[in-house]
Amino acid sequence: MAELKYDKNGRLLFTKEMKDEGYTILAPSMAPIHFNIVRNVFVHSGYKVEFVDTAGPEIAQTGLKYVHNDTCYPALLVIGQLIHALQSGKYDVNKTALMITQTGGGCRASNYIFLLRKALKKAGFEQVPVISLSIGMEKNPGFHLTVPLIRRVLAGLVYGDVLMLLSNQTKPYEVNKGESMSLVNEWTKRLTDEFAKGDSYRPKEIEEYLDKICESFAQIEVRKTPKVKVGVVGEIYVKYARLGNNDLEKFLADQDCEVNLPGIMGFALFKVDNRLEDIKLYGGSKAKFQVCSVLFNYLEKLEGMIIKYTKKYGFTPPGEYAHIKKLVKPVIGYGSKMGEGWLLTAEMLELAESGYENIVCAQPFGCLPNHINGKGAVRKIKELNPKANIVTIDYDPGAPKVNQENRIKLMLAVGKEELEKQNK
Amino acid sequence: MKLGLDIGSTTIKCAVLDDNNKLIYSTYQRHYSQITEKIGEILSTVKNEVDGVENATVALSGSAGMGVAESCGIDFVQEVYATRVAANTFIPGTDVVIELGGEDAKILFLSGGLEVRMNGTCAGGTGAFIDQMATLLNVPLEELDELAKKHEKTYTIASRCGVFAKTDIQPLLNQGARKADIAESIFNAVVSQTVAGLAQGREIEGQVVYLGGPLTFMSELRNCFDKTLKTKGICPENSLYYVACGAALCSSKTIDFDEVIGKVKNYKGAGNFAFNPPLFENEEEYNKFIERHNKAYVETKELKGYKGRAYIGMDSGSTTVKAVVLSENCELLYSKYMQSKGNPVELIKSFLEEVYEINPELDVASSAVTGYGEDIIKNAFSVDYGIVETIAHFTAAKHFMPDVQFVIDIGGQDIKCFKIHNGTIDNLFLNEACSSGCGSFLQTFANALGYSIEDFANKGIFAKHPVDLGSRCTVFMNSSVKQAQKDGATIEDISAGLSLSVVKNALYKVIRATSPDELGRRVVVQGGTFLNNAVLRAFEQEMGVEVVRSNIAGLMGAYGAALYSMEKVKDRENPRSSIADKAYLDNFVHTIKVTNCGLCNNNCRLTINTFSGGKKFIAGNRCERPITKKAPKNDRNIFSYKLELLSQYKPVEGRRGTIGIPMGLNMYELLPFWWRFFTELGFKVLHSPYSNRKIYQKGQQTIPSDTVCFPAKLMHGHIKWLLDEGIENIFYPCMSYNFDEGLGDNHYNCPVVAYYPEVIKNNMKGIRDINFIMPYLGIHRPKDFPKKALESLQRYFPNLTLGEVKAASKAAYKEYENYFSRLRIRGDEIINEAEQNGREIIVLSGRPYHIDPEINHGIDKLISGFNVSVVSEDVVSARAPEFHTAVLNQWTYHARLYAAANYVSTRDNMQLVQLVSFGCGVDAITTDEVREILERNNKIYTQIKIDEITNLGAVKIRIRSLLSAIGRE
Repeated sequence: MAELKYDKNGRLLFTKEMKDEGYTILAPSMAPIHFNIVRNVFVHSGYKVEFVDTAGPEIAQTGLKYVHNDTCYPALLVIGQLIHALQSGKYDVNKTALMITQTGGGCRASNYIFLLRKALKKAGFEQVPVISLSIGMEKNPGFHLTVPLIRRVLAGLVYGDVLMLLSNQTKPYEVNKGESMSLVNEWTKRLTDEFAKGDSYRPKEIEEYLDKICESFAQIEVRKTPKVKVGVVGEIYVKYARLGNNDLEKFLADQDCEVNLPGIMGFALFKVDNRLEDIKLYGGSKAKFQVCSVLFNYLEKLEGMIIKYTKKYGFTPPGEYAHIKKLVKPVIGYGSKMGEGWLLTAEMLELAESGYENIVCAQPFGCLPNHINGKGAVRKIKELNPKANIVTIDYDPGAPKVNQENRIKLMLAVGKEELEKQNK
Repeated sequence: MKLGLDIGSTTIKCAVLDDNNKLIYSTYQRHYSQITEKIGEILSTVKNEVDGVENATVALSGSAGMGVAESCGIDFVQEVYATRVAANTFIPGTDVVIELGGEDAKILFLSGGLEVRMNGTCAGGTGAFIDQMATLLNVPLEELDELAKKHEKTYTIASRCGVFAKTDIQPLLNQGARKADIAESIFNAVVSQTVAGLAQGREIEGQVVYLGGPLTFMSELRNCFDKTLKTKGICPENSLYYVACGAALCSSKTIDFDEVIGKVKNYKGAGNFAFNPPLFENEEEYNKFIERHNKAYVETKELKGYKGRAYIGMDSGSTTVKAVVLSENCELLYSKYMQSKGNPVELIKSFLEEVYEINPELDVASSAVTGYGEDIIKNAFSVDYGIVETIAHFTAAKHFMPDVQFVIDIGGQDIKCFKIHNGTIDNLFLNEACSSGCGSFLQTFANALGYSIEDFANKGIFAKHPVDLGSRCTVFMNSSVKQAQKDGATIEDISAGLSLSVVKNALYKVIRATSPDELGRRVVVQGGTFLNNAVLRAFEQEMGVEVVRSNIAGLMGAYGAALYSMEKVKDRENPRSSIADKAYLDNFVHTIKVTNCGLCNNNCRLTINTFSGGKKFIAGNRCERPITKKAPKNDRNIFSYKLELLSQYKPVEGRRGTIGIPMGLNMYELLPFWWRFFTELGFKVLHSPYSNRKIYQKGQQTIPSDTVCFPAKLMHGHIKWLLDEGIENIFYPCMSYNFDEGLGDNHYNCPVVAYYPEVIKNNMKGIRDINFIMPYLGIHRPKDFPKKALESLQRYFPNLTLGEVKAASKAAYKEYENYFSRLRIRGDEIINEAEQNGREIIVLSGRPYHIDPEINHGIDKLISGFNVSVVSEDVVSARAPEFHTAVLNQWTYHARLYAAANYVSTRDNMQLVQLVSFGCGVDAITTDEVREILERNNKIYTQIKIDEITNLGAVKIRIRSLLSAIGRE
């Protein structure tokens, strides 16, 4: 175990020695395709990151034991999962650190890291440092989110978004079952190998890969039978993580639906754009505006590539950020930035517009921003697009799967009826 | 021919339609969770009784039927969808269907844009809720309807969930309210829940159809809906079978009956439910356990012929009334454990009569009463002492374990636990409205599954795989139990699982403990629920400690009260109790009158009890005003002063027209700012009044999210109030940021406060006809503010100039400062006065909007009634320097909480009580942190959860316990 060092407020730091000693850095998994690809980015930079992807009721139980029970469900799960991992005996707890994201926004999520530290204390793991994966929040001498690292992570997100989008569009229709998933696995392997070498993150390389990836998916033999098309939006963790949404994607697949999960790139753009909007709305530093604009433009460039190549091979591209931002204007103001903010509403509008009018809006029970942008906006969305068939589902440790699925089935029954009408 | 099955949460319905869609066979049965058996049974019967049914197409519907349908190869139809199909077929022209089921509530809008709404995961107000309420009133369901018809008044009862409503009803019962009125109020609660929770802004109009069990069987419930909706809905023939008929109508496949019956019989769930280790490994372990617990034993003695001094203790609890007579050696002479059935006065009277009957010569030396019914019993029978429950329980626990460190009491309705430090109660935990998982919870389940509570609990003792049901509220638990049953859990496993969940609920939700060391090793458990050995064992197992439970665990409150009364008179030579004697009881009269106080904004509903000899007892009041007829003193209560200050911002006629401001959320603090800003600009600023029930109801139908906090919900009513006033401009800005007071790392508003105008905009149609002005504004940047404000206001008022706005902004900032300094000056005066006179100060902390009387329910007055001074967190927050918190300190309001806690920690005569609005996600973080700050400094943390309705009885216990712990009661 490395020497424990603290900052002036008594926060345990992740030191350079810890990095050098090869501490394992555990972080919660969320979107499996993306995270699998990104892992090697960290490994390449010398961080032994491992994404914990455990499941089962004991995770929520562990969370309930160590976190305030009224805290949002993602916090409960993520913290439960990490503590469960530490308790599993699989890791040397004296050579393990944890990592968790921190956005610094006005919702509770910015406090997960503190809740995690409190929980670690309660569970007797005070020697385990927690790294904040954030821009400009907490600093650690042994961990630096450098520009090259960020660029590689972003590249990983691009690949993840594309693979998720493509497989969602081919899987329900593939003639040879399993073909899409094996392509996903194949590409994941190839890309992680590339990342291990430190390559494939430059825009030019990304373009080449996207072209090849899209081409390969276009070759999958499909039979296009009409299916209920379902879009999924929500609080980011519950939207993507199987653990958070009781494996919603699989449930929808079993109900013979085509699923569309808007990608993480939109969220990244949104978070950067917020900083720009803040300055526009309330005033602020021009220099900061410049820096954020550079990042924003870079992200838009990446987004453009995703759209270009998915379109090129006949897939439904993701809604363009600039477009969905315009869509949401009459519904929610751009200043609504906490959590998923207006983006969540915008995604619903975009999904309904692009043929995915059956929508699951997934949120943790009592999610604060979703009172505004989820449940609070549904009425207006339906007014603008009467075809929108939206069901909002709350997730929490006590919410039984049966009830959730029953409500989704209701939404699907209406969707199915509409589909049959169209095909008559 | 078509056959449809509807498998609901409590019943199974089967309908067979002929080729003309005429219902030719139907059956309706309770399934007691034996779903598969019942399906098999019903299918066999149908096959025998209906000719030609073998060729019928079959489909299955209902929330509990999903898994079964899949595994038996029957088509599944979602039940709301089925209802819709049936309604369209049988009653064409239906506009709206309202259907209440066992656990579901649904509204279907059929015409003008199809919409279907089901209750969310946290919505009661359904059949199960009505069942629970009937049980609570101790009347059969049918009678509830009859009772309601005879109502004279209605009370406001929370309908969000059964547990919550109980806490409203119980005090009403204890105060002597009429059952008929309560029955009607329960129905109204259901209506309000359905309409508010499900309509979500959409008008219910046109032809309304009522379906489902509760609405079919209870005509008064339909009446209540009619009245609220101002319509006359119909309840069609076969209203119970609409889902089943709908399923039949949707069916397209025939089935092989015998094969399906066979499959259903053999249907077993996946069998992979999560479970815990068994409670006992073997019988030997169980016997040892029993032997150990038999040691804490109270001796008994015959009451008849007893000659010595006697002491009477009574505990008038929420669901049960307990009473004991003790000898001078603390032996139990007589005891009684009664279901409260609504009227504790009658029960205590009959108890005393019995005692005097058995021993007419009894020399009662002293007596005491505790519990919810303390006040009324004390008054009705001239009991010597009334004590707070915690003290009663502590007194009893000390008797069995003098060095007890922790007492936990799980009763029918409440969980009470406290730590003892240096011989005084130091830290009190009570269950909050939503997390009750107590005795009545087990009882409800036992009954639902057709067992007595004793038999049911005992079944769990040797369960092999106690189901892991988590620790959530009853409504969720119902579904989890069903799920577990489907997955193959036995009744034994479920019984043990429920016992475990009671314990987990207490430990993790109420106490929030993680290890026994937090509680101390010397633990006494009590309360009726612990008489259940499975619960007791589960507690020991979960915490890893061996605890003491006496043989009178269910009577500890009463026993403690008796001991207390004994202690009180021990130095007197010839103590004589003032308690009612036989003659008094013989002539005992008790009449009840209900009225509204009307002396202040709270307008408390008073229950006036009159006893023999004209003795009066008023219940339901928050302050002493209806009794003394004098206004309470406001000079020791900053809440009253704040309201007074804010009411000084009166409209001033202006040249530019009127601006309306909704008086809710952050406006409770920013009114001075915006009032001055707009007044300076030449607007007449009119704000809505402080909230009241009527205002809430005005906007209730437009609330889209039923789980948002009550202060936010109130906003809808305020906007409606302004619209009704005919105001042409409403100003309600979005604000991500608040003022930076330098107390934390950032200065956000919470997402709800920040963006609630968006919800208003998207859900309240009325605002489209006026200027609803809701710009995103940043008052945290005074330099940028005027320019930005002008940009957003010019759209509506093109002739505004930057110069004007600059001047107005300057005045506004000044006004805000001014408001705060006046507030703090008065706060300082209150503190100084209290310090000089040695009075305790309670820092009643929360948010600015907690001063709204409809939000705080007069808790500030209740507290100041205990002869303490009340200030708010913003009075003392400025007194503390910035300090480092263990959480991200990023919200302006919450930073004040931490600062206040930090300051209170340094003061001997100050205590902090935190008000928490139900559903406030942010407070999940602040409550823990405030608690930690206080406890680090050996202060007691007290939290009060408030919602649409709040049980002031529980609040009183908290405050009295706090005061008695610091030696002030």
